[in-house]
Amino acid sequence: MQIGRVVGTVVATQKHARFEGAKLLLVQPIDPDGNPRGTALLAVDGVGAGVHERVLIVLEGRAAGEALGRKAAPVDAAVVGIVDRVDVDGAL
Amino acid sequence: MQLARVVGEVVATRKDETLLGVKLLIVQPIAPDGQPAGRPIVAVDEVGAGAGEHVFFVRGKEASFPFLPAEPPVDAGIVGIVDHWSVEPPADAAVRAGAAE
Amino acid sequence: MLLARIIGTVVATRKDPRLVSTKLLIARPMDPRGKAAEGGCVIAVDTVDAGVGETVLIVSGSSARMASGLKDCPVDAAVVGIVDEIAVRE
Repeated sequence: MQIGRVVGTVVATQKHARFEGAKLLLVQPIDPDGNPRGTALLAVDGVGAGVHERVLIVLEGRAAGEALGRKAAPVDAAVVGIVDRVDVDGAL
Repeated sequence: MQLARVVGEVVATRKDETLLGVKLLIVQPIAPDGQPAGRPIVAVDEVGAGAGEHVFFVRGKEASFPFLPAEPPVDAGIVGIVDHWSVEPPADAAVRAGAAE
Repeated sequence: MLLARIIGTVVATRKDPRLVSTKLLIARPMDPRGKAAEGGCVIAVDTVDAGVGETVLIVSGSSARMASGLKDCPVDAAVVGIVDEIAVRE
C-alpha cells in the first residue's frame, strides 16, 4: 500500500456499471514525510475519506475490488484507510 | 486509475480475435492540473469515449473485466468519461481561508 | 518478493473492516547489500510480528492476499518473513 493525500474529486456520469455509486478521489501519493511522489491517481473510496485527509491506498486490482465490495470491477486503486499518525524512525 | 485525455485512435485489422470490434484509443495520462504526465498509451474503450475527451482508465488485468466472460489480452481500459474534476487547495490554505471569513 | 527495512508504522483508526487489528508497517525496499532501493516506501501489513529496524521479506501485488490471514482482504503488500541473514556472492 501507499500513503497519499486526497487532493480532489472526480465526477463522471458515463462510466462502467461497476462504478455506480462509487466516490472517485484524486489522491497524490506522498512519502512518509509528506512530500509528493509521482502523479496523482484516481482511487475509489472505500472508507468515506475526504479532501485533505491522509489516506492508505491499495494499488492492485483485486484488492481494490474487494475494497469496493464488488467482484470483477475494473478498478486498480482504492482508499482503504484514513491515516491518523505516521511514525518514522529518523535514524533508519 | 488515472486521469487522461484521449488523443488518438489505433486501427488494427489483424489482432487477437477477442479484440475484434474493440475500439483502441490512445490516451495521454494527465496530472490534476491538466498537464501531460508520462507517455501516452493505448487503452481499450469501454464507455464510448472519443478524441479530445477527458477520461479515466484502469491499468492491469482488471481492464479486461468489462469483457467477461471473454478475457481479451488488454492491460489498460477506459472505464469512465470525466464530466469535471476539482482540486482543492492544500489544507493549510483552506484553514487560512476559513479563518478569514 | 522484496527485501526491505522497516522504518516506521502507520496508525489508521478508520479503515476497511477487514484491516481492523492489522499492524501497518512502513518499509523501505533495499538491495541485498542493504542499500535503499530506487522508488519510495511501501506500507505493508505485518503477518509475522516484525518491528521497526528489522530487515524483512515483503510479498506484493495480488500474492499479498495469500499471506496468513489476509484472504480476500484489500491489501497489496504483506510482510511475510523476518530476515536473519543475507549472503551475496559475486
